[in-house]
Amino acid sequence: MATNNKEAFLTPLSRNNPILIQVLGICSALAVTAQLEPAIVMGLSVTVITAFSNAIISLIRNTIPKRVRIIIQLVVVATLVTIVSLLLRAFMYDVSVQLSVYIGLIITNCILMGRLEAFAMSNKFVPSLLDGIGSGLGYAWILVVVGAIRELLGSGTLLGFRIIPQAAYDFGYADNGMMTMPAMALILVGCIVWVHRSIVKDIED
Amino acid sequence: MKLNTESNVYTIVYVTIVVIIVAFLLAFTYAGLKERSDINEQINKKQQILASLNQRNIAKESVDSIYKSIVKADLIVNQAGEIIKEGKNQDQDGFEIARKDYSKDCLPIYQCEIEGQKKYVLPMVGKGLWGSIWGYISLNEDGKTIYGAYFAHESETAGLGALINEQKFQKQFENQTLIDTDGTILEVVKSGQAGGSPIKCDGITGATLTSNGVNQMIQTYVKFFQAYLDSVKQ
Repeated sequence: MATNNKEAFLTPLSRNNPILIQVLGICSALAVTAQLEPAIVMGLSVTVITAFSNAIISLIRNTIPKRVRIIIQLVVVATLVTIVSLLLRAFMYDVSVQLSVYIGLIITNCILMGRLEAFAMSNKFVPSLLDGIGSGLGYAWILVVVGAIRELLGSGTLLGFRIIPQAAYDFGYADNGMMTMPAMALILVGCIVWVHRSIVKDIED
Repeated sequence: MKLNTESNVYTIVYVTIVVIIVAFLLAFTYAGLKERSDINEQINKKQQILASLNQRNIAKESVDSIYKSIVKADLIVNQAGEIIKEGKNQDQDGFEIARKDYSKDCLPIYQCEIEGQKKYVLPMVGKGLWGSIWGYISLNEDGKTIYGAYFAHESETAGLGALINEQKFQKQFENQTLIDTDGTILEVVKSGQAGGSPIKCDGITGATLTSNGVNQMIQTYVKFFQAYLDSVKQ
């Protein structure tokens, strides 16, 4: 892999993470992370959509009239989101019910428009595709971490399986109801930003 | 030849082509997947009806056969208790009615049989905090004691209002009285205030508006069903 391809894929995972550094897509990250499963499906859906929208926009970037470029980007994103939502309804009905409105709201996820404007409009197909996958995964791993912590501490389960044994409850352990609220997701994301910044030193502000 | 991508004509033609391509793409995807998602929706509805009869966590494959063995007929009644459509032999008259079409003159009722006992499932819809909520309450043969209940929602707050979808909340309705002889209807009160009363259920802490929505929904729909239930009791 050429260096700039590798960079396009890797920087969004950490040094230029959409949530930690660019602070994009926070709203959905807070809303769907009360449990791990919807967080994973949401992360994957966003990854698929960022990858395809970046690739498509990059392919047609030289033909798009400048004045309507945002509209064209929105149309491409909206189409992909609708297709993903239809596919989920047909093949993963239970999860699509659980994610309800949030799949539709991927359209308004700032990561998509951000990457399209900042990257796909000015880069070739392969780096754009990789940047899309990287951005999606960068978003997904934060969701998975937050979802796992919230489900574990909030309901004592992971993916619906009981992790904290009944014995602990018998000894007086109680699930932390705070964890199921979106506010705690914000605080957790804040903690992850803190840890991340103390490990990765050379972040430009 | 280099096209002027900034000209008005180019822009209009470009946008038109993009929109046409997208429209076809979406139409084909929708049409191609419609059958599959319709089946999913039907199975899901059957699962919800069965859940209200305490038949939970049934595998997708066996939903149809279990539903057939339990639900004997689905009729449509009105507020006056008159049967509008008989729905014998599982014509699915009541089943086909979408939630949004429920009204006081069009109320589906599912007549079921579990272990030789007659049960009635009453579907209902209401408003939660963010979107619609709905539920199915099953009654014993006496037309007033609750056999089981199931509630679901479109977009209530995860971890708060969304808890109406969990068994823990639904379980407390079992064996409660939905409608007393003097016409009092089961109430969903503030969490912790039900105090073991047979005609009250606890709401959810931190989800007052969703709990109120469930209460409102029960009050409204039980009144609609009252005349039919009275006729059943005799």
